[in-house]
Amino acid sequence: MTPTNYELVVDCCLLAGRLMMESGAETYRAEDTMDRMAISQQLTESQSFVMPTGIIFSGNKTLPTKLVRINNRSTDLERIARVNAVSRRLADEDITLEGAYEELKEIENDPRKYPFWIQILAASVASAAFLLLYGNKLMDVPTALIAGGAGYAVANLLEEKTRVKFFAEFLAAIVVTIIATLSVSLGFGVEVDKIIIGSVMPLVPGLLITNAIRDLMAGHFVSGVSKGAEAFLTAFAIGAGVALILSF
Amino acid sequence: MSYIMQGILSFAAGASFAIIFNAPKKSLFYCGIAGMTGWLIYSFVFQLSEDPVEASFAGAFTIAFVAHLMSKRFKMPVIIFSVAGIIPLVPGGSAYNAMRNIVEKDYSVAVEYASLALMISGSIAMGLVFAEIITQVWMKILGRMKGRTTG
Repeated sequence: MTPTNYELVVDCCLLAGRLMMESGAETYRAEDTMDRMAISQQLTESQSFVMPTGIIFSGNKTLPTKLVRINNRSTDLERIARVNAVSRRLADEDITLEGAYEELKEIENDPRKYPFWIQILAASVASAAFLLLYGNKLMDVPTALIAGGAGYAVANLLEEKTRVKFFAEFLAAIVVTIIATLSVSLGFGVEVDKIIIGSVMPLVPGLLITNAIRDLMAGHFVSGVSKGAEAFLTAFAIGAGVALILSF
Repeated sequence: MSYIMQGILSFAAGASFAIIFNAPKKSLFYCGIAGMTGWLIYSFVFQLSEDPVEASFAGAFTIAFVAHLMSKRFKMPVIIFSVAGIIPLVPGGSAYNAMRNIVEKDYSVAVEYASLALMISGSIAMGLVFAEIITQVWMKILGRMKGRTTG
């Protein structure tokens, strides 16, 4: 085996870990992936400490310990799958370290997302499906379709522009509530509450809550508590947006 | 509502959430299946026990097994399938009601809803973790048995 470029190994591990955490992977998966990549490159004593807001990684006793900051988090399952595949192929020696680094850079620069209109359509369909699953009448479906899609679109566009997630969710909840109350008062819908619940489902941080408790149970206390805080703030923003309109 | 209708709706919810979470294209159909399985088990148990916490646990437990099988089959991380699967079970409704009551200063009702949301999401997480541990132990036993017969 040729001597390995350890600096590149550390960079590669950090890049993989950062991509995974930015895409909403579980904390233990990010740590696992980084450790597996390091071990496959003869860094057997590596230590990684992953938090939702940053990663500390140390290769061995002589290498400098490095830190990366994680600024924005979203859910992007495709990215997790691709990073996971690269780390597996590196561990199986299908690709070289340089090749793996190149591929990770490519994953970082090429988001490969569904077109925005398909995402909005999916949010509409999900809202309508939830509305019916929670036992509501067919008559409310059109309102939920419109409100769910509009809420998701507003949340995403504003988050891109303002970079403040809570503000975006707050305004999205306001839009959803306005559409729901208007349609009920005009006679197109029946139950305001159920329409709102169905339509805010694409925004509600249900996944974050579940992941937070999972991290806590796995012993990742820092991650668990900070994910829980994020979930609480998001839920509060949505609740505040809804209540602001309903109180008029 | 009939189970067939519920199945179709929860399939739609799971698959469309998979699109929102940007799941790989070829996994979309199976994400929908995971969502459908979880919801049908949930709704079946809910009819028997009338307790959303128990029903969520049963649903999440089943989803974790299904997701594990799918991840083995497609060589993708388990989280892709389990995330889409648990979405219909997630207590969005109670979390919403809790927050709405807090903002409207109706604190005692809010605490009730918030505890329910916490219990449900806790039971979902427990279901996932339990199933994961059981499959891990099972794989270990299977590996050991194979090792004994061949070597």
